[in-house]
Amino acid sequence: MDALLRLLTLQDANTRTVLLGTGVLGVACGVIGSFAVLRRRALVGDAVSHAALPGVCAAYFIVGERSFWAFLVGALVFGVLASAFISFIWTATRVKEDAAVALAISGFFGLGIVMSRMIQNQPGGNRAGLDSFIFGKAASMTMSDAGLIGVVAAVVLLVVALLYKELKLLCFDRDFAASLGWPTLLLDLLLMALVCVCTVVGLPAVGVVLMVSLLVIPGVAARFWTERLEVMLLIAGALGGAAGLLGTTLSATVPAPESGLTRGWPTGPLITLVAAAFFVISMLLAPRRGVLADLIRRVSLRRRLQSQNALLAGDDRSPLPESPHPTDRPRGEAQP
Amino acid sequence: MTTLAQTLFTVAGYDVRPHDLWIVATAAACSIACGLLGCFLVLRRMSLLGDAISHAILPGLAAAFVLTNSREPLAMLSGALVVGVLTALLSHGLTRWGRVPEDSAMGVVFTSLFALGVVLITLAARNVDLDPGCVLYGLIEFSPFDTTTVLGLELPRSFVWLSVILAANTALVTLFYKELKIVCFDPYLATTMGISAAVVHYGLMTAVAATCVASFEAVGSILVVSMLVAPGATAHLLTDRLSRMLWIAAGVAGLSAVVGYVLAVWLNTSVAGMVSTVVTGLFVCAVLFAPRYGWVAKQLRRLALSLRIAQEDILGLHYRWHERAAGHEALTPNQTLEATQGGLLGRLAIANLMRRGHLRRSCDGTLVPTESGLRAAQPVVRGHRLWESYLARRLNISPVRVHTTAHRAEHYLSDALQAKLDEHVEGESDPHGRPIPPMR
Repeated sequence: MDALLRLLTLQDANTRTVLLGTGVLGVACGVIGSFAVLRRRALVGDAVSHAALPGVCAAYFIVGERSFWAFLVGALVFGVLASAFISFIWTATRVKEDAAVALAISGFFGLGIVMSRMIQNQPGGNRAGLDSFIFGKAASMTMSDAGLIGVVAAVVLLVVALLYKELKLLCFDRDFAASLGWPTLLLDLLLMALVCVCTVVGLPAVGVVLMVSLLVIPGVAARFWTERLEVMLLIAGALGGAAGLLGTTLSATVPAPESGLTRGWPTGPLITLVAAAFFVISMLLAPRRGVLADLIRRVSLRRRLQSQNALLAGDDRSPLPESPHPTDRPRGEAQP
Repeated sequence: MTTLAQTLFTVAGYDVRPHDLWIVATAAACSIACGLLGCFLVLRRMSLLGDAISHAILPGLAAAFVLTNSREPLAMLSGALVVGVLTALLSHGLTRWGRVPEDSAMGVVFTSLFALGVVLITLAARNVDLDPGCVLYGLIEFSPFDTTTVLGLELPRSFVWLSVILAANTALVTLFYKELKIVCFDPYLATTMGISAAVVHYGLMTAVAATCVASFEAVGSILVVSMLVAPGATAHLLTDRLSRMLWIAAGVAGLSAVVGYVLAVWLNTSVAGMVSTVVTGLFVCAVLFAPRYGWVAKQLRRLALSLRIAQEDILGLHYRWHERAAGHEALTPNQTLEATQGGLLGRLAIANLMRRGHLRRSCDGTLVPTESGLRAAQPVVRGHRLWESYLARRLNISPVRVHTTAHRAEHYLSDALQAKLDEHVEGESDPHGRPIPPMR
C-alpha cells in the first residue's frame, strides 16, 4: 500500500522515469502498430526486433565497446535489412510472405546468436547484457532512455499526423494510391522505418520477444471498437499507453512472490499481459464487432425468424391447421 | 566402447571425437524431422504458425512445472504440447470469431502466452533452473553428456528423442502422403472427396508441436523456426513436385547440420545458431541461384527476351531499308542504334547479329543484311504487316494508328497465328502499300 502511494504521488524518481518511458512507448507503438496491423504487416515488427540482436553484435564488433548509440544504429540497420529481406523474398520469388517473415525472424536471430557467442568467447568479451536485452529490463531505464523514447514518439506521431491521409489510403487501397501517382513503395518503406525505430528504442524496456505485442495488441484491440481510422488510432494509442503505465505500476507495487529469486515482477511481460487483457475485453464486449454483440445479434435474428415463421403458418406451403377457420388474409401480407 | 574424449580420426588438424559425431547426428535428426513437416507448412502458408507454436513452448513448460511441481520430462513435454496446440486453436479462433487478421491473431496469442510463461517462471524461479539461454538457443553442445540407456546402448537423450520424432514424422508423411498432398494443393477437392481438411490441419499442427517440443532442448524455441521453414522453402524454389521437394528438404536439412557444426567448431560459436544461419544461407542461395525460380535466372530470362526483341527490331529495320533502296543504301551502326532503342543492349544485339552472320560490315562502314539476315527478318516483318492489315481492314482502325501495336505484337506472332491472320487479310500488301513477305 505504501509502495502504491509512493508510486501514485510519483515520489520515486526511478519509477517516474520508467512510467514515463513505458507509457509514451505504448502510445507511439499503439499508433504506428495500428497501421502495421491494417497493412497486414503485424509480424514484421517481430522480425525487426529479432534482427536487432545481430545488429547490436555487429555494432559491438565494429565499435569494440558497449556504446548505446552504436547499438541503436546497428539494431536499426539490421531492422531495415530484415524488412527489406521480407519485401525482396515476397516480391521477387514464389516463396510466400509468411515463410519470408518466419525466415527473417529466426534466420537473423540465429546469426545474432552466432555473433553474440563469438563475442562472449573473445578474450575479455562479455555477454554485453544479452539476457536483459532479450527479455528486457524496464527497471533499469534511465532518464536519457526515456528522453529518447519521448523524442522518437514525438517524431512518429508528427509523421503520422502529417502523412495521415497518405498512410490511410496506403492501408486501405494501395492500388488506388498507386494509380493517383503516390509513391506507395516509399510510403511503405516509411511505415516500416517508423515501426523499426519504435521497436529499437523499445527493446531495452520490453525485450525482443514481447516487443511485437506492444505493436500488435493495441491496434487489434482498438479495431473492435470502431470502423474509423482516426478513432482507432486514438483508442490504440490510449490502450498502448495505459498498458505501459498499468504494467509498470503492477510490477512496481505488487509484492514479488516469496519463492522468487528476482526482486520484482518483470515489467515487460506484465505490460504484455495487461495489453492482452485489454484485447480480451475488447473482443468480448465491443458494441458492434465484439463476440458477445455478435452472439446477441445472432440469437435475436433466430428469434425473429422463428416468430416470422410462426406468423407465416398460414402460408400455402404449410399443412392446413386442424381448426376449420381458414385465414382470410391473402398470402404475402403476413410479414410484420 | 569408445570414450567421449577419444579421438576417432583427424580432419585438417582437428581431432574428431565421438561427441562431435553425436552432436552432428542430433542436429541432423532435428533439422530433417523439422524440414519434412516444414514442406507442408510452407505449402499451406502456415509458416508463422510454426513460429507461434515454438514460442508457446516456454509457457507450456512453465505451466507444467507449476501444476505438477516437478521436472518430470513427460509432464514437461505434454505441457508444451498442449500449449502448442492451444496456440494453433486460439489463433484460429481469433481469426474466425474475432475477425482478426491471421498474422495479427498469431502475434496476439503467442506474445501473450510467452509473457504468461515468463511470469510463471518468475513465480517459481527458485525451484527452476530454466536458463533463458536454453530457451532461446538450446544446449546441443552438451547433449552427448546427457545420456540414457536404450536397448543396452548408452545414447544421448536428445538424440533418442529426436530420432523417435524423425521416425514418426517420416511415417506420418509416408502413410498420409496422398491426403497431405491433396489438402495442400486443393483443400476443396479434398473435402469433396471425404478427406477432412480440418483433421489433416490439426494433425499437422500436433506433429509440428511435438517436433518443436523435442527440438527445443537442442536448438531452442526461436532457431527451430528456421529449421522448420528454410528447408521447405528452399526445396520449393528448386522443384515443382512434392515428392522431390521432401527429398530436397531433407537433404538441405542434413547438409546444413553438418556444415553448421563444422563452421561452429571453426569459429568457436553456437552450434544451433550456426545451423540456423547455414540453412537460412542455403535458402538465400536458392532465392538467388535456383535454376527456374531464382532471381538471377529470372533476370537472365528477361535479358534474353530484351535481347531477342532488340535483335528483331534491328533486323526488321535493315530489312525495310534493303527493301526500299534495293541494297543501294544502308545504315551505319550509329544510325541503327539511333533508330532502335540503342544503348548497351543495342550494341550487344548488333554484335550478336554480326557474329551469327545476319549482318555484315560493308567497305564504307555501313551495316548490310546478309541473305540469312533477310531470311531471319522475314517472319518479323511479315507478322508486323499482317497485324497492321488485320487491324486496318477487319477492325477498321485508321492506318495511321496501327504501327505502334504492330511493332509490339510482331515479336510474339507464331507461325500458326500468322497463317490464321493471313486467312483473314485479303490482299498482298499492308495498309501502307508495302508487300507482305511470304511465309518462310
